Amino acid sequence: MRRRRRRPRLWRVAILVLAAIFFLGPLASAIRFSLEQSNGRDGLGNYTQLLHDAALSSSLATSLEIAALTTAIMLSLMLPTVVWVRLRLPRLALVVESISVLPIVIPPIVMAAGLATLQSHASAGLSDLVFSSPLTALTPVYVILAMPFAYRSLDVGVRAIDLRTLVDAARSLGAGWPTVLARVILPNVRTAVLTAASLTVALVLAEVVIAETLLYTTYPVSLVNAGQAQLGVAVALSVLSLAITWMLLLAISFIGNRGASRARIGRLL
Amino acid sequence: MGGVAVLERSLPGDPAARRRRGIPRGAWLGIAPFALYVLVFLGGPLYEVVYGAFTTTGGSLTWHNFSQTFSQPQYRSAFEQSLKISVVTSVLGGFFGVWLACAVVTAGPRSPLRRIVSSGAGVLAYFAGVPLAFAFIATLGRYGEATILLRHIGIDLNASGFDISSLTGVELAYTYFQVPLMVLLITPALEGLRPEWREAATGLGASTVGYIRHVAAPVLAPAILGGLLLLFGNAFAAYATSYALVGIYVNLVPGWIQQLISGNVLVDENGVGLALGVEMIVVIAVVMVAYALLQRRATRWLA
Repeated sequence: MRRRRRRPRLWRVAILVLAAIFFLGPLASAIRFSLEQSNGRDGLGNYTQLLHDAALSSSLATSLEIAALTTAIMLSLMLPTVVWVRLRLPRLALVVESISVLPIVIPPIVMAAGLATLQSHASAGLSDLVFSSPLTALTPVYVILAMPFAYRSLDVGVRAIDLRTLVDAARSLGAGWPTVLARVILPNVRTAVLTAASLTVALVLAEVVIAETLLYTTYPVSLVNAGQAQLGVAVALSVLSLAITWMLLLAISFIGNRGASRARIGRLL
Repeated sequence: MGGVAVLERSLPGDPAARRRRGIPRGAWLGIAPFALYVLVFLGGPLYEVVYGAFTTTGGSLTWHNFSQTFSQPQYRSAFEQSLKISVVTSVLGGFFGVWLACAVVTAGPRSPLRRIVSSGAGVLAYFAGVPLAFAFIATLGRYGEATILLRHIGIDLNASGFDISSLTGVELAYTYFQVPLMVLLITPALEGLRPEWREAATGLGASTVGYIRHVAAPVLAPAILGGLLLLFGNAFAAYATSYALVGIYVNLVPGWIQQLISGNVLVDENGVGLALGVEMIVVIAVVMVAYALLQRRATRWLA
């Protein structure tokens, strides 16, 4: 490999330039497009529209609430499970992991179809309890959608620490399970937790199919709606969404313990 | 579950001994919340889909919904389009993805290029959806930047019949997220190629082509094939981008499901939509099982 340094360089540069054009082209166009204001002059008008548009900002608030709740439920459900499986049920590790990957087999639109059927058959009591607000209707499903990402990243984190010794030490000093999880394990796997949480937030802010089918106006749904009337604003918000998600993932790749975190993002599926 | 039990179980014995003793009864309780959650919130909707697909609105067992999806030309055509778009975008995405991954992998694992490409690939592969659709409209839409640029040099995209809000546009946008997904999937396998193999092959007189043909390609083949399968499943299940680009009247299976479920057709054909959903799950399940089998082959050399 080392002897042939000079020749690979050429094709490497070629493919990287080609990729840059294909991938950065649309992004650069979107940025350029988003700066064109309706009055003909260039500026940030499309970006500040988010603050003035009640429909957009209230849907963003809804989505952020869902994201926070989804992350909280996901972590309190998945972290104990991952720890328990590694500690007590190592034989079931493969089974539990396979179950957590199941949502990948079910396309979002099919999940949406099932939920819509459930919604139309629901009794009045269940309807009021669950389907009356996007927060209670969408959060449980989004936890399911986040499972494949969350399980993988938490599992990588838990496997990297000496779980048994930590737990035994804490238990023999008299710690109960909640204390062990919150004060011993959690601080040791915070990178993995942060990764799982970021991926969950990114997922909630991107999911449009289920929310749209169930007729809830979350942020991505109102983004699509904005595209009908004010394309410039929709493009500006798209640029923002992509930039923020990318910053999130880039940050993860830096805070992680060196090489491991890159693999973590890479091996999610 | 006392502390003593934990200590006893954690004595440094060999794991095989622990395995022989089987799973203690109480240990199952630990994954009960997870199992229950999956059963209710994944099993619930899934049950509704399967039940609704196999029954009439009155609740009696029927095959009618499935026979509709096979006999009606619009559903057959949607299935053909969905399969076609999945094959085309996964082959294109797979080809350029492997190529790009090779270029990126030769840079060191901690180089800024690697970090930018892998985090960027993560964004585009998993979370692009709606923003991606708008980026393409801003580029190649009626008033898109590239459309205007091309008009200046004498190429009129609109007059030539190109429309970003069409299946061609969807295909282009899907390829855009398939390439980064392939990069993410294939990078670990490329990293597993040992430099010693290359040196050994060269030492025995192999050319670069010979090395690729006899060593690298056979070792990578299961991983590449597995990646292509995942790409296929990914495109087949995807809907967000095409929804934002074209809307629900797109001739793809997900579009028809949404039309049927939302009651946008004259007859009440909820069951047909659910039958289409079951068929989608079957296609993707087959793909995933094939992937799992291939993955076992792939890790033989590249553990």
